Amino acid sequence: MKNILIIGGGTGGCIVANTLAKKLDDDEAQITVISASEQHHYQPGWLYVPFGREDARSLTRPVRSLLKKQINLLIGKVEQLDNENQQVILDNGDTVTYDYLVIATGSVPCPQDIPGLSEGGNHFYTEKDSFALYQILQEFRGGKVVIGVGGLPYKCPVAPLEFTFLFEEFIKEKGLRDKTEITYTFPLNAVFNIPSVAEVAEPILQERNINIETFFNLEEVKADEKKALSLEGTELDYDLLIMIPPHRGVPFLQGHDIADAKGWVKTNKQTLHAGDHKNIWALGDTTDIPISKAGSTAHFEGPVIAKQIVADIRGQELGEDCVYEGHVMCFLETGYSKASIIDFDYSSPPVLKAPNALMHYQKMAFNKAYWYLIPTATI
Amino acid sequence: MENVVITKESDARGSFCPGPLMELIRMVRDAEVGDVLAVISSDAGSQKDLPAWVAKAKHELLGQEDVDGAVKFIIKKTH
Repeated sequence: MKNILIIGGGTGGCIVANTLAKKLDDDEAQITVISASEQHHYQPGWLYVPFGREDARSLTRPVRSLLKKQINLLIGKVEQLDNENQQVILDNGDTVTYDYLVIATGSVPCPQDIPGLSEGGNHFYTEKDSFALYQILQEFRGGKVVIGVGGLPYKCPVAPLEFTFLFEEFIKEKGLRDKTEITYTFPLNAVFNIPSVAEVAEPILQERNINIETFFNLEEVKADEKKALSLEGTELDYDLLIMIPPHRGVPFLQGHDIADAKGWVKTNKQTLHAGDHKNIWALGDTTDIPISKAGSTAHFEGPVIAKQIVADIRGQELGEDCVYEGHVMCFLETGYSKASIIDFDYSSPPVLKAPNALMHYQKMAFNKAYWYLIPTATI
Repeated sequence: MENVVITKESDARGSFCPGPLMELIRMVRDAEVGDVLAVISSDAGSQKDLPAWVAKAKHELLGQEDVDGAVKFIIKKTH
């Protein structure tokens, strides 16, 4: 019987584990998930927490409750991956061996990578930080607000744009719009890295009188002076700074042979193999594939990996559906109960429809249906 | 460009926007003032984005050279 080890109890890890559990008989493989947390978070929901539209506590469920009963769950942090001996070592000293390994450890916001950002900046990319920002917005009475992307790469790529739109709506409803100046920043020469998304988002920012500062690569935050400085020499004064920190892979991957210095696993963009290792795969935020770091990416990648593992265990030929074609689909909330959908793959750039109410309510429904459909690998 | 001594060069061919630009930004962050950096890009978007970023950041674009159909951008870190 083969040992399949999946590191990560997030979206990608749960999808791969549950897909394998459905496809394989109990005597074909033992499936084990190692999760650093007992809880699985629906991270896209954190976007709404600062505005009081979601309660952070309702965006979490036990990982155990999302996994089929035959899947073994270990709670612990991986400290070392010893791929030569096909084993991982946990922080409690335990060793777990594998025949097949799937790395779904996600990404970590690292405000400490930019001087002063931890002290002067806020964000909504963790449960704790999204709730802290809720408390700040409750007390907000107007001023200069800078919202942006502090460094690439980062996950949920459209979330900073969505936050900007929702923030503008939020302060308008509070009667603070004329007391508030909003500036949106982005590291590239556009408001987003996908041109068709930028073409939709930029006019909305302009219509809502939101300043745009492109080519803004955050270099330093002077918290005591309330200034955000860019590598390009731009200096922005702020009363409230909301900056998405640059991200890294998890610590045990940073500098490992299978990853780069920042911990992104060197991943084949079609097979999702980690480098030349035929029994190791990576998916979701974990990879170095130049594609959106988003739950949707993991959703479409997971079945590709599961099919390869099943085929290998059974000695079957790989089918054409064992290749990831770069499919990503996500919503773009534009505020005022409207949204658009972004759907693309490696060969087809996204074509966005004008934001409308139907897509917004689809997104609201998806937020609730997530628990039943996605980590359980129902769709 | 024959007299220019390149301090550090990065081959970003095969990487798409914003890869080559982010590679240049990473190199500028790590470089000393006065260093000459080179990035080779095969991405068409780099033709516009790299010179625009160099101008915005007030560094100096010393030149562009053809390298087997790709473009080598040579940049001096000025501050």
